[in-house]
Amino acid sequence: MTTFIAITVSGLALGAVYFLIASGLSLIYGLMDVLNFAHGVFLTLGAYAGWAVASHLSQQAGWMFLVTAVASAVAGAVVATLTEVLLIRPLYGNPVGQVLVTIGLDLALVGLLFGGFGSDSRSIAVPGWLTAVTVIGPERIPNGDFVSLGSGLAVLAALTWFLRGTRYGIIIRAGAENRDMVRALGIDVGRAFTVVFAVGGAAAGLAGLLNSVAFSSGLVDPTQGDTLLIFAFIVVVVGGLGSIYGAALSALLIGLVQTWVSFYAGSGASLAQLGNMSVVIVLAVVLVVRPRGLLGAS
Amino acid sequence: MTAIPAEPSAAAPAAPAIETTGLQASIGGSRILQGIDLNVPAASLTALLGRNGVGKTTTLRSLIGLVPGTGTIRVLGQDVAGWPTHKIIQLGVGYVPEDREVFGRLTVRDNLRLAEAGQAGQASRDMDYDGVYKLFPELKQRARQLAGTLSGGQQQMLAIGRVLLARRPLLLIDEPTKGLSPKFVSEVVDALERVRESATILMVEQNVHVVRRLARNVIVLDHGQVAHAGPASDLADEDLVRRLLGVAQ
Repeated sequence: MTTFIAITVSGLALGAVYFLIASGLSLIYGLMDVLNFAHGVFLTLGAYAGWAVASHLSQQAGWMFLVTAVASAVAGAVVATLTEVLLIRPLYGNPVGQVLVTIGLDLALVGLLFGGFGSDSRSIAVPGWLTAVTVIGPERIPNGDFVSLGSGLAVLAALTWFLRGTRYGIIIRAGAENRDMVRALGIDVGRAFTVVFAVGGAAAGLAGLLNSVAFSSGLVDPTQGDTLLIFAFIVVVVGGLGSIYGAALSALLIGLVQTWVSFYAGSGASLAQLGNMSVVIVLAVVLVVRPRGLLGAS
Repeated sequence: MTAIPAEPSAAAPAAPAIETTGLQASIGGSRILQGIDLNVPAASLTALLGRNGVGKTTTLRSLIGLVPGTGTIRVLGQDVAGWPTHKIIQLGVGYVPEDREVFGRLTVRDNLRLAEAGQAGQASRDMDYDGVYKLFPELKQRARQLAGTLSGGQQQMLAIGRVLLARRPLLLIDEPTKGLSPKFVSEVVDALERVRESATILMVEQNVHVVRRLARNVIVLDHGQVAHAGPASDLADEDLVRRLLGVAQ
């Protein structure tokens, strides 16, 4: 029982990381109908930016991790903004072109990371408290799990405020319903597209750092984003394309199922992939039972 | 903007609010507009009539760039051919589409806030919320309600209220009474009667009785071209109405 609680917290933390990645994908698809296959590399670059900044900071001060996290988010936002402005904008209305250019960008940037940093993983310096565990009664829960979970909740709260309480948020929600009508009210939807890419990129950058710290022993490598992107796409589809709250619900569900199955299925070689397979089974069940996803628009 | 006289008069014509020459537009490879010459005088309500499929909606949409059009398109004195939609709207144009197209997953209040966001350079305090709520009190009562849960008539009020908020001088209104119950038709027509005192309106409308009550001028389209243009009193000609609109009076 005690193990079950710790594993459950770990599953929720993994779900929070998935949500950070999927929220950007979902916003971008919901508003712009763009399937962004470069989203994974935003995440990887965010993690590398965190590694670069952390290596120049004294980790004696625990709050310096906050600076590292901000650097990861900013790196993700900058790369995503440049991608939208330089590559996606000329291709609106050309979905095949968008898919090809985002896949190409992903391959090119991952190749550059291999060229620049090699294939060896880099270790992100983090303060001691982040790698410690918190003992609650009989439970020993890694602090990294709490940080991931808290970050996911904070980003969900921030996105809720942004989408419901700000002018750009209302434009984005309206644009997801009817872009032409938003334009016909005198609004430059293109600017909202850039904002959405920047917000999604920031969340992905932060996710890259948290994934390294909480689930990869503090290591970052050039392909980590591509692996996580597959799960993030599944989260988006299961939650319902374009639904942020659907993505949050789906991310927690998939994080939990994957973690539970991975742990309880055992560690034998033939069982090691059962956790990943369980995610695909969840996807298949949802597509059969509720094709529009958990909270997708009908 | 001066109020228009109740009846068509022989006063000197004002500068046109909309002028097109040879306006052509295609949708899906099919040419809908075959060279439309429009002249919509300022400070008037002009009705755009025609049978189904002759290009009335496409004409309105091409005036604001939602459907790409070729030819000369002048709106409020500016040559807007090739402009992005939001730039044309920011000249002071309001567009009420066919079927309302309110944002169903947003509240009534957020639909209005969105219209506010489209007015570049205008402060919130310049928005005419009082005027909109006076014209359509239900919108104030239902400010927190999702627009998708409103009735058709209430959605039409919201769609019109959205463009009145920023006091735009030129309104393009597409079939405002379509699909409404007689009660809502009456309310919408009453509202438009008041709105036409402060704005130029180009309105697509199928209901000849509504046109007679509101319009000073009529333009009839047929096969993607202007088949007739003149004062609304021309609709008294039964032959003309039957020939161009296919309806008996």
